[in-house]
Amino acid sequence: MSKRIDVSDLNVYYGDFRAVEDVNITLDPKSVTAFIGPSGCGKSTFLRTLNRMHEVIPGARVEGKVLLDGDNLYADGVDPVTVRSQIGMVFQRPNPFPTMSIRDNVLAGVKLNSRRMPRSDADELVEKSLRGANLWNEVKDRLEKPGSGLSGGQQQRLCIARAIAVSPDVILMDEPCSALDPISTLAIEDLINELKDEYTVVIVTHNMQQAARVSDKTAFFNIAGTGKPGKLIEFAETATIFNNPAEKSTEDYVSGRFG
Amino acid sequence: MATLMTERKRSALTRNRLPRYSPWAIAAGAVVVAAALMSLIGFNVFGWAVLSAVLFAVANVSAAAIVEGRRKAVDKMMTSLVYGAFLVALLPLVSVIWTVLVQGIPGLLTPGFLTTSMNGVTGAVDNASVENGTPVLGGVYHALVGSVLITLWATLISVPVGLLTAIYLVEYSAGNRFSKAITFLVDVMTGIPSIVAGLFAAAFFAMILGPGTKTGFVAAVALSVLMIPVVVRSSEEMLKIVPNELREAAYALGVRKWRTILKVVIPTAISGIASGITLAIARVIGETAPLLVTAGFATTINMNVFAGWMASLPTFIYTQIMTPTSPSNADPSTQRAWAAALLLIILVMLLNLGARLVARLFAPKTGR
Repeated sequence: MSKRIDVSDLNVYYGDFRAVEDVNITLDPKSVTAFIGPSGCGKSTFLRTLNRMHEVIPGARVEGKVLLDGDNLYADGVDPVTVRSQIGMVFQRPNPFPTMSIRDNVLAGVKLNSRRMPRSDADELVEKSLRGANLWNEVKDRLEKPGSGLSGGQQQRLCIARAIAVSPDVILMDEPCSALDPISTLAIEDLINELKDEYTVVIVTHNMQQAARVSDKTAFFNIAGTGKPGKLIEFAETATIFNNPAEKSTEDYVSGRFG
Repeated sequence: MATLMTERKRSALTRNRLPRYSPWAIAAGAVVVAAALMSLIGFNVFGWAVLSAVLFAVANVSAAAIVEGRRKAVDKMMTSLVYGAFLVALLPLVSVIWTVLVQGIPGLLTPGFLTTSMNGVTGAVDNASVENGTPVLGGVYHALVGSVLITLWATLISVPVGLLTAIYLVEYSAGNRFSKAITFLVDVMTGIPSIVAGLFAAAFFAMILGPGTKTGFVAAVALSVLMIPVVVRSSEEMLKIVPNELREAAYALGVRKWRTILKVVIPTAISGIASGITLAIARVIGETAPLLVTAGFATTINMNVFAGWMASLPTFIYTQIMTPTSPSNADPSTQRAWAAALLLIILVMLLNLGARLVARLFAPKTGR
């Protein structure tokens, strides 16, 4: 399953500070959307509002609408837990659960919610998820070993396997490759290309080549200055953003003349 | 063609260095000179050791100052100070352990010491064993049982209260005023003199069950007043160092907050929490004052913490020393007291070892 996301007039706050201002954007299903922009421009903050992870931080709040196939995530009575089980997330630093084996890490979404699952179904889900994250061949002989024993790139793919094991509609990735070497980055990028056949993928990246390689559409965020809110400057096909942007600041940023 | 340079006999890099044997030579000299000085003013081993150490430190630093320069001299001086402080800190510890071992082993090895109570052991019995030279009768079984039961109940009360408080402080309070008040009160509780905790429990139970209520459970409540702040503090620190990323990873999988705490946060921190609890137990198992006013003394075995007075190891030691069973022959009582003290130290040591073991068993596994 893959769902589309429509964001309208979204403002994101940390306490009284407005971090992101008036975002209107539509993310298509079965596509990869990349968010680029300088540090502190609010792209990660915005990403976290898409599965209600933003409000985990004390004092953080959101105004506006985020529609997941027409359902407003921020409507009254919506349980953030339901939202998060449909919109998965992969973080900047690989964070497998240190107390769990590789197998249990993949099953974490199921086990932590204490859904009962027959052994054979669980095995099937583990294999399917690990294959989906291109990790199966590397770890199939050591599924009972701790997940923290894997290399950084493998850990990150384990986290992706963990995210797709709960079969979400959307996968959000917050700079998933920034802590990885080029080979592991390539593995993740290949994986993103495969994931878009089934999921709506949103990726935040600092690496413009990466945005150009993996995404169908790119959104450029910018910030007017310290203490000012971040804004969505331009959102278009990736080729347009990189070759023929409408805004001057986008062109400056993607061509490296910025900052 | 370049010729290989041969290594110089006396390296320019090792100039102005004292030879390797110099500390040993200086130490030997210091020992001899100290012995000579001590013989002038009257010899004793302790003074000799102290004087040798001081002479060695002074000579070693001066030699370095003359030959090697200021930096090395300061280094040696600080090294001497650090070692000196370490030895001073160690001295009372070694002395205590040595005394308790020497005084306590005969009593501890007396047959029946661990398996009998003081029931029926009167002054006449002690007098007889001294006069006939037979082994001392009576033992510590009732006190051991009392100590274990009271501490167990104290743990049963303190761990849920302390751990849940810590969870509230770290996971739910978000630093609000209420949590600051709790933290402040917990800090104050840490500083409560133990006798005050004992008086609190005694007064509390006197109020609800009538004056003079002394049972093992009252003592357990008194000890838990002392234990709770330690458990709260150690668990709080352990929960705080669980990386936020793990909580966010669980939330992002659609896991509820209480399940995240139960299945992710606590398992990650359990080794630290468990060893903190064990250390808290070790801390209260040796308390004497609160037990005197809450559990009383008993000479018989009492397995029921809810009724009757109960003995414990610290109060056993206290009563044996302060009011010997036989006032005319205090030696059997003294021997029992030392043996009980040794037993208490062994218990605390086992608990500390247990804490390490627990920490290792529960620690997040690593490995490939």
